[in-house]
Amino acid sequence: MWRDAAFWILAVLSVGTGAAVFVVDSMARATFALLASFLCVGAVLLLIDLHYLGVLVVLMMIMEMLVMAVFMIMYMMNPAGLMPMTMVHNHRNALGISAGVFVLLAGGILTVRWPHREGAPPADPTRALGEALMGPKMLVMMVIGLAILATMIASVVLATHRGRYDQDEHEHEPQPQDAHEHHAHEHHGHGGAA
Amino acid sequence: MSESVLVVPLLVALLAFAAAAFDAVLAASAAGSPGAWRVWDAPLREAARLLVRQRRNTLAADRLLRRTGIAVLPVAAVLAAAVLPLGGADAASDSSIGIVWFNAAEVAVWAGVWLAGWSVNSAYSLVGGYRIIAQGLAYELPHMFALITVGVGAESLRFADAVSAQHGLWFAVQMPVAFAVYLLSALAMAFWGPLASPVGRDLAGGAMAELSGADRLVFLAGRYAMLAVAAAATVPLFLGGGAGPLLPAWLWTLVKTLAVLAALVWAGHRVPVLRMDRFMGFAWTVLIPPTLLQLLVTSLIAL
Amino acid sequence: MNLETFLLLAAALFAVGLYGALSQQSVVMLMMGLELMVNGLVVAGGAFWFYVAPGSADGQVLVLVAVTVMALEMAMGFAVVTALFRARDVDVTDDASDLKG
Repeated sequence: MWRDAAFWILAVLSVGTGAAVFVVDSMARATFALLASFLCVGAVLLLIDLHYLGVLVVLMMIMEMLVMAVFMIMYMMNPAGLMPMTMVHNHRNALGISAGVFVLLAGGILTVRWPHREGAPPADPTRALGEALMGPKMLVMMVIGLAILATMIASVVLATHRGRYDQDEHEHEPQPQDAHEHHAHEHHGHGGAA
Repeated sequence: MSESVLVVPLLVALLAFAAAAFDAVLAASAAGSPGAWRVWDAPLREAARLLVRQRRNTLAADRLLRRTGIAVLPVAAVLAAAVLPLGGADAASDSSIGIVWFNAAEVAVWAGVWLAGWSVNSAYSLVGGYRIIAQGLAYELPHMFALITVGVGAESLRFADAVSAQHGLWFAVQMPVAFAVYLLSALAMAFWGPLASPVGRDLAGGAMAELSGADRLVFLAGRYAMLAVAAAATVPLFLGGGAGPLLPAWLWTLVKTLAVLAALVWAGHRVPVLRMDRFMGFAWTVLIPPTLLQLLVTSLIAL
Repeated sequence: MNLETFLLLAAALFAVGLYGALSQQSVVMLMMGLELMVNGLVVAGGAFWFYVAPGSADGQVLVLVAVTVMALEMAMGFAVVTALFRARDVDVTDDASDLKG
């Protein structure tokens, strides 16, 4: 009984905070609204005995959202939301499409006859997950590992100051006599990284 | 679930007070005042002073986020403590993934400090808030490897299993690198001592520069509580839990916890504050390789 | 609490995220929408594991993959935004529309 109540409260909270992400003005609030949504989902996973994955979602999302907050504030022109402004395009269509997708999915969910439950949850789902990953699902683990490695390399290469072409950093040091020219150069001549 | 659910917040509060009292005594003795031990009640007087003080309000502060951020610290400390075994008694929640839970609760501290720093709309506080993220990203990888090493050694993520796996030899001896890294990250969890730059003096108090009154009290209490919990977790993770001759298990747990806590508080007075960028470089280039080696060695032994 | 309610929650999260991904101009906000969509996938994966096939770990593996995808998506997203910002001072999708094709 309490599980049902907890599920509904968490479900409403997670969707509500998820929607709040796109409503609030302050970037910090948006980031932490998203984090609240993830925390609710983590708690929902705890309700269905996925203790490890639930806590993993909580752990990873706290770290991820903190990193996200840094970038939000770095790149948004109005991070604190002190001057309310909207930065949306195609608002009405987006609303229509997503509402339509939800109705479609909900219709599907309610009409499809889902298969019955096969088997019972193992005593320790965490162990089952670990044994699956180290046994029959080893390929998934390897692909994840490779993807993480590739992402690490690719993101560093993209984000580093020198860009993809590994120019010498000192080439761009402003010379005293052509400081102004250098400024223009930064903006137009350095497009290689895009 | 057991009756220790009620005991845990109380224990955390007592340990936090002990840490704050010892800190005050050390500060007094460093200042050369005679009979430094007599200032043990300084935290109580400071708490009373902060409680009657008015809250400082900054311009365009984000109150919701400020309250959230400040409250996160003590809550995270209690949540982290909930999975620790209390010597002979069971943990408040003997979770099968206690070590991951502990890690998640401790990461929540970053969020609390960042929110407290951001929400007051002040430059020094904001810099302090950013420093906690840089510091967190620096210490978290070696820290996680240290925790994983314990998990591999115990062949479980449950704190109670980690304790029972140390019947022969304490993990502090079996995996010294992980132990040392854990002690360092215990300081980082409470942004204490050499890793206190998020609330550093060079920033006039950093993330807590603008906090006063009850806000400051809760923030500081949460910080001491986190230090206490980080010290308490050392005991089941590396120091054999309640194992020891003569004394009962709960007393051994308490003695070991207090010893680690005292060492951490003392280190905070003896070691200078590290610069964030240097610590980042040190953590990633110097700390990670030995923790990985330690993990490899432990895995080979476990096999 | 049954499979249908879990999937409805997943669909709701997915739809909210889709709205964000379609409507937000800022690349960072757009990524938040994508994260919410993957969040829905996490709920669905967990529900399938618990209500359909708890005997095998497939659902759990799916959740793990989804969580990894979130982290990777964010890392790559920010790297691209950083490169884009460095090259031409934009963080808004509409200003980078010449990159399509």
